[in-house]
Amino acid sequence: MSTWLRNNRLAALAALAFALITASIALIFFYAPVDADGLNQKIFYFHVGIALTAYACFAWGGWKALRVLWKGDENADLESYVAIHQGVIFGALTLVTGSIWARYRWGHWWEWHEDQLVLFLVLFLFYAAYFMLRFSVPAGPRRANLSAVYALFGVALVPVSILAIRLSERFIHPVAFDRYGPNMAGSQFFTFCVSWAAMLTLAATLYNVELAGKRIDVRLRELREALR
Amino acid sequence: MMYLADVGALARKDLRLELRARDTLPAMLLFVLSTLVVFHFVLPGDSSELAAKGLLWVAIVFTALLGLSRAFAAEREQGVIDGLVLAPSDRSAIWVGKALSVLAFLVLAEVVALPAFALFFGGVDGPMVAGIALADVGIAAVGTLLAAMAAASRARELLLPLLFLPLAIPIIVGGVGASVTSDPGRYLGFLGLYDALFAIICWASFEYVVTE
Repeated sequence: MSTWLRNNRLAALAALAFALITASIALIFFYAPVDADGLNQKIFYFHVGIALTAYACFAWGGWKALRVLWKGDENADLESYVAIHQGVIFGALTLVTGSIWARYRWGHWWEWHEDQLVLFLVLFLFYAAYFMLRFSVPAGPRRANLSAVYALFGVALVPVSILAIRLSERFIHPVAFDRYGPNMAGSQFFTFCVSWAAMLTLAATLYNVELAGKRIDVRLRELREALR
Repeated sequence: MMYLADVGALARKDLRLELRARDTLPAMLLFVLSTLVVFHFVLPGDSSELAAKGLLWVAIVFTALLGLSRAFAAEREQGVIDGLVLAPSDRSAIWVGKALSVLAFLVLAEVVALPAFALFFGGVDGPMVAGIALADVGIAAVGTLLAAMAAASRARELLLPLLFLPLAIPIIVGGVGASVTSDPGRYLGFLGLYDALFAIICWASFEYVVTE
């Protein structure tokens, strides 16, 4: 069993992600109670889980970037890139789900005083520029360094932007709403935790799939160079 | 002390080059003035003074971008950056020197732009000037590092605004807040925090941008 797991880590991870996502969908629709907001509150379980997963991806990318600069770890460059790529995908999903939720909750597709959503827009623009940077520098240690420095800027940008958006919000919109509040019912919190775990596992699976693909790509290119 | 002497020499080099060739500062001055004139036509006649103050920040950021895109032009075209990296001094001194010269250009452009703004639109006060001064430090610090990055890429000038604008959003939030609210202290403090945090990150990471 343990050797099978070691040889098929990716398959096991994918199976776990599938099981967790199935479980979370079942919990969301059949177990978690419908609260005062009605059915549209269900998207909360997807939206917040996806958003926190995007943060986790960015943090993982930042950690790997630090490894590039600090230890000169050559593998970490690709890992950092793939983590940020996943983070951008989940970040885009956060924007879409957040926008849908805002439409049904407040009647508009976009709410500037929804500070998490604005933060994700800033982060999305920032990390989109990360790809522009990466694709306009030839592969090599220089690119690894530049990407890593920019990824670390992202880690600093998150708390600074949160602070900035909070500051500006109090000025433009003195609206203090807490969306789900601290007094979430136990069953809701449990459902949320399961769906968050499902999203994290899904992200980890996608991360490993993409990483494996990119590594094969690099290896193939090396072999082609060697044959030339 | 050697470090400060290196920084001084590098900043002096940039200022002297500018004094002789005059290829960045006049462009920045002309750009910021024409932007202000454009703003007059952009704003409807009955718009509030606050809108003009907000647009001033657009002018400042884009003028800074104009200067920043030229910041490493000489180094790149003449291959100076290799010489600087090989010089027996700390690499971060290159960043400090360049950021100081960028800051000097930006402040000079604003020395012209702010009286012009007061003339065209009215209403320049103390907190606004303090906000602009603090924002300049952050723009010069972050912008110089990103300009060095952009100079190393193929896309060059095209890349710099894309890299810079998301990082400039907190500066704009702080600066606009300091200009238009009745309680600017909070925003000025935030700008100071931004400057300190990003200056430290840039100072520590510049070496990796110019070396392999």
